[in-house]
Amino acid sequence: MKFAILVYPGSNCDHDCYHVVKHVMGEEAEYVWHKEKSLSGFDGVIVPGGFSYGDYLRAGAIANFSPITNELKTFAEKGGLVLGICNGFQILCEAGILPGALTRNKDQKFICDTVGIKVENNSTKFTSSYKEGAVVELPIAHADGSYYADLDTIKSLEDNSQVIFRYCSASGEITTEANPNGSLGNIAGITNKRGNVLGMMPHPERASERELGSKSGKAVFDSILNALK
Amino acid sequence: MKAKVFIRLKSGVLDPQGKAVEEALKTLGYDEVKGVRVGKFIELEVDGDSKEAVEIRVNEMSEKLLANTVVEDFKVEVE
Repeated sequence: MKFAILVYPGSNCDHDCYHVVKHVMGEEAEYVWHKEKSLSGFDGVIVPGGFSYGDYLRAGAIANFSPITNELKTFAEKGGLVLGICNGFQILCEAGILPGALTRNKDQKFICDTVGIKVENNSTKFTSSYKEGAVVELPIAHADGSYYADLDTIKSLEDNSQVIFRYCSASGEITTEANPNGSLGNIAGITNKRGNVLGMMPHPERASERELGSKSGKAVFDSILNALK
Repeated sequence: MKAKVFIRLKSGVLDPQGKAVEEALKTLGYDEVKGVRVGKFIELEVDGDSKEAVEIRVNEMSEKLLANTVVEDFKVEVE
């Protein structure tokens, strides 16, 4: 399988994603610069974390107008698998590929931490390798991670089981205390209605090898490979 | 022509910055303050034939890029 790792000016998790795809998963990975206009030949696309365009105006706002983002919309519309992590999630929302928006954390601070995450739906292309109702710990690192959408959108996300990850306590409870950034419904990750695009604030690529302290994010990549094979 | 775009968070959206500013004002003794919301103000020099034409273009720009209408409202003024 061959994955495109998009690189915008200011992306900084692109190398981690490349490393996981190529060296941990043993699949093909290729960096694709944001000025490129084609994603043909790729089985999946990863929009990595970072600070595209320095987060100017809003996180992900300007990346939405890079040529590759236009191609990404077409790729997603055709049903191609897209994983957006952190700034990648913000870009997917700004581009309208996923609903809602990510706003400033409730405490105004950049948070770099490891938090409890509940897998709310394990029958997706991105989470099938997790056990049902799994509670894992994943790293987060963001200033704008507070998920917001209007009530109708939230309801439709809930009704269609598109909320994939929620911030939770160590025992898996969805509480206000366990919500690091003020996201509505403790939402940490969602898919589009069709289920071929996942956006998530936690970083699974930073938790895919035991040497780095945790393998609890690797299941996201395992699931994607299962879906593609 | 000079266009001004005022951008503010929609009423239901959490504004931690506004809250922090409100707390700071209270610390300074301004107890009469409440409901502080921090927004953005963007100024643009725009070429155009008429005020109305510029206003249409800047509204379009705001819709497409300057504001995220999922969380923000905007208002355009052309001088």
